[in-house]
Amino acid sequence: MSLGRAFKPGRKALIPYLTVGYPSIETTLEVVPALEASGADIVELGIPFSDPLADGTTIQEASHLSLEAGTTPRACLDTARRLRERGVRLPLVFMTYYNPVFHYGLDAFCAACAEAGVDGLIVPDLPPDEGAGLELATQGHGLDLVYLLAPTSPPDRIRLVAEHSRGFIYLVSLTGVTGARASLPADLEAFVRRVRQATDLPLCVGFGISTAEAARRVAAVADGVIVGSRLLQMIKGARDPAASASAFIAELRQALDGPGPHVILKERSD
Amino acid sequence: MAALAQLEAAYTQARQDAAFQQELASLLRHYAGRPTPLYYAQRLSQHCGGARILLKREDLAHTGAHKINNALGQGLLAQRMGKPRIVAETGAGQHGVATASVCAKLGLECVVYMGTEDIQRQSLNVFRMKLLGAEVRPVGSGSRTLKDAINEAIRDWVTNVDTTHYLLGSVVGPHPYPVMVRDFQSVIGTEAQDQVLAQYGRLPDYAVACVGGGSNSMGTFYPFLRDEGVKLVGVEAAGKGLDTGQHAASLNRGQPGVLHGALSYLMQDEHGQVLPTHSISAGLDYPGVGPEHAYLKDSERATYVAVTDDEALEGFKLLCATEGIAPALEPAHALAYAARLARKAGPNAIILVCLSGRGDKDMHTVAQALGVTL
Repeated sequence: MSLGRAFKPGRKALIPYLTVGYPSIETTLEVVPALEASGADIVELGIPFSDPLADGTTIQEASHLSLEAGTTPRACLDTARRLRERGVRLPLVFMTYYNPVFHYGLDAFCAACAEAGVDGLIVPDLPPDEGAGLELATQGHGLDLVYLLAPTSPPDRIRLVAEHSRGFIYLVSLTGVTGARASLPADLEAFVRRVRQATDLPLCVGFGISTAEAARRVAAVADGVIVGSRLLQMIKGARDPAASASAFIAELRQALDGPGPHVILKERSD
Repeated sequence: MAALAQLEAAYTQARQDAAFQQELASLLRHYAGRPTPLYYAQRLSQHCGGARILLKREDLAHTGAHKINNALGQGLLAQRMGKPRIVAETGAGQHGVATASVCAKLGLECVVYMGTEDIQRQSLNVFRMKLLGAEVRPVGSGSRTLKDAINEAIRDWVTNVDTTHYLLGSVVGPHPYPVMVRDFQSVIGTEAQDQVLAQYGRLPDYAVACVGGGSNSMGTFYPFLRDEGVKLVGVEAAGKGLDTGQHAASLNRGQPGVLHGALSYLMQDEHGQVLPTHSISAGLDYPGVGPEHAYLKDSERATYVAVTDDEALEGFKLLCATEGIAPALEPAHALAYAARLARKAGPNAIILVCLSGRGDKDMHTVAQALGVTL
């Protein structure tokens, strides 16, 4: 399967991120079906890593606690498999740093992903310049490999990523690391438009998106919205993590579907 | 990636620019005090009963270690790129002090990330950095040592990339850092080569240097790479012993892995998670190693051995007692190995040891290890 099936005309993709095993594998198994039921289109499952360079404090802490609890890449694969057994049908994408995949073996890891029902990989510390090996391995097992672009990416890098990314392109909304922010940069729309000129791939924006308002603003220009740190904050300490996550995702869904202040005319004319 | 491409372009240009090279050479001479002496450690050599041990005295460079060579180079480069703010990581504090000094001299803002574990071990250097005008930001994540300080410095850099240069202190990290830091540190080996030829009419039989990330060793080795008669020996930190799991010997016991944007040998568990390391010397306490060292190991141009905390302490005491020089605990590893090597190598051999820094910063650690309360 591929990530592309998540993008449908007239619907903006909502992509929540969870660190697998935070605070327990059982929580992940309960929350993901709830995300699907409340309007998510893809779920990003984070494989915890000891040195999450691209992440801010929320995901760093979640990764640390998950690792302390014993979560391994194998346990993440197993979690994906169990989610499929529980009837989760939406596309699942692993967000993982490169070393755990490299250490597992590129081909063996991709084979295991396909077998577990995972549709693709996002590897934030892998630029396309170094990605030939993993591109081959993902393609060999029918997986998508999603590359990232930053607002600082010059035109030649945008072209390179457009050429190599599969499924969608992950646009990092700001210069920096993951984490909920009060507001998004003013030049976000211009950045999305620059990339749009270079590709027909769906463009999904992540990093710093924490409110329905921000999600609506992103959805006005992009094809998908990625929300991670804020969701983990909701889950943290919640009496019923699945219910908390569900309520938050439903709110974002509504913001994306509802009559936005700017997009309403354009959408109706489609 | 864009920032790395910009850095590579700026460095490639600066490298070929005579004016840049001249300015750097002038600062190395008048500010850092280069060339550093090549010193025949006669009583140490006699004590070891064999080869002639020559010390390349990087401990006499300004700020007390070889780190100033690279800090000056990158500081000038940052100025050239129009970046007014510098971030750096530090383990032992030597790179932090060198960077803070260079920033003070060049009028650049300076933020140094340092693991809370290291802040405790190296409180003197923390105070020095603050006096030099740097802001020292404690890093309490992960193992709270050098690797985590690098993580945090990289996070800062990607956030403030417009105004900020990341002044990385070792031959690690993504390209162009390993190449650039090697070039700036090669002044060590280049000078040593000239000095040993001038004083002894021939090249040394061995060049020995400690390896954490590997900048002083790469700077020592690089100019000798084509001199095949010179055996290159890197000395890693065996901590409490290579079989205890408490060490930082990535070339001896690590496996190939990717950390901080480079493929090299890495201390990692069976799941590819980076392992905590241990060394008595904060500067060697890093789970990775420069990728060019991995190449020198695989191509067998250099060999890599390991020395324990206890042996390093013996090396430290030996140099104090025989030469009146207190080395940093990092090169004490190299000294401990060189002393052993000297016994085997015979009286005609010449062993060059990079004495990469001075030991003032380590007095508390050494006192503690020897059971002395200061």
